[in-house]
Amino acid sequence: MIDFLTQATWSPYVAGAGIGVLSCLAFLLSDRPIGCSTAFVKARGLISRIIDREKTEKKEYYQEIIPQVDWAFMIIPGIVIGAFVSSLLSGQFRILWVPSLWGEAFGYDPVPRVIVALAGGILLGLGSRWAGGCTSGHGINGSIQLSLASMITACCFFAGGIATALLIFRVIGA
Amino acid sequence: MFARLHKNKTAQLVLGLLFGICFGFLLQKGGATSYNVIEGQLLLTDFTVLKLMLSAVIVGMAGFHLMKHFGLVRSHAAEGSIGSNVIGGLIFGVGFALLGFCPGTVAGAVGTGALDALFGGMIGLLIGAGIFAELYPRLRTRTLVWGKFPAVTVPEFLHLNLWVTVVLMEVFMIGFLLVLGYLGL
Repeated sequence: MIDFLTQATWSPYVAGAGIGVLSCLAFLLSDRPIGCSTAFVKARGLISRIIDREKTEKKEYYQEIIPQVDWAFMIIPGIVIGAFVSSLLSGQFRILWVPSLWGEAFGYDPVPRVIVALAGGILLGLGSRWAGGCTSGHGINGSIQLSLASMITACCFFAGGIATALLIFRVIGA
Repeated sequence: MFARLHKNKTAQLVLGLLFGICFGFLLQKGGATSYNVIEGQLLLTDFTVLKLMLSAVIVGMAGFHLMKHFGLVRSHAAEGSIGSNVIGGLIFGVGFALLGFCPGTVAGAVGTGALDALFGGMIGLLIGAGIFAELYPRLRTRTLVWGKFPAVTVPEFLHLNLWVTVVLMEVFMIGFLLVLGYLGL
């Protein structure tokens, strides 16, 4: 048992099946699909509310997705903790600014990497809310429910992602 | 069956955290909190992410529809459109490749010590969500409802029986994983 928990990685089939079981439990016990992008709207709304409460509460989007610490919000701190514990057990925790795939193509200076990551994060935040979900909400949990919109969305995530990744690493960084 | 639990806010707060912890644990063990693994998937050189996602959907789809059959869960599938799902999905895709993480795995990467995920990804996601909140009143009545899909679920779209669709999808996904394995990917 302990060996299993301290293994560096599990087969993606085993970890994936575990995520499938977890998704079922979330539908059963919480009546919700596990999604991750809603939490960022809530967090953003909470920050905006500290700066200007009235203006934030008037915003239509924050009336639909209420900025509060609730189930959907807690998923994100949960993931940080879970991955932290897992990486410690796996012996894989390390403070890192630049991942090696990026470093080999574009160098290990953190500044360009963080700028590109920031641009990516902004588009990811915008796109996930535009599409109404992320790789988990649409890609896994929407597909589980046989949602047509979710499956189309997941295809678009990968179509856009593959085209952009090939452009970054095979054209610009080649 | 769990209606009282669903309404219990404190219990749901704790459950949200527990689901997050388990999800983060499984994402890290599955390799999906690594930039190299995710970017490798988008470059089509490493198929870990697809294997992980398809395995989750294979197990989850069977479990969900069995539980739904016995009235234990309900469907959350909603209507979609080209304006929302295709345009939003493509914007997401570009961000996905630039960052090398999605909104869940970026949080996982932070847990493993990735500072580009924290200072680039997480901050960027908060900014992006704020931009969408600004644009929302203008997008809601136009772009987001443009080109509505003709059906909510795949069986409705294909005019097939639910269980026939589930079995076909399961066979297709398992077959896809077997082909990936056979090709050594």
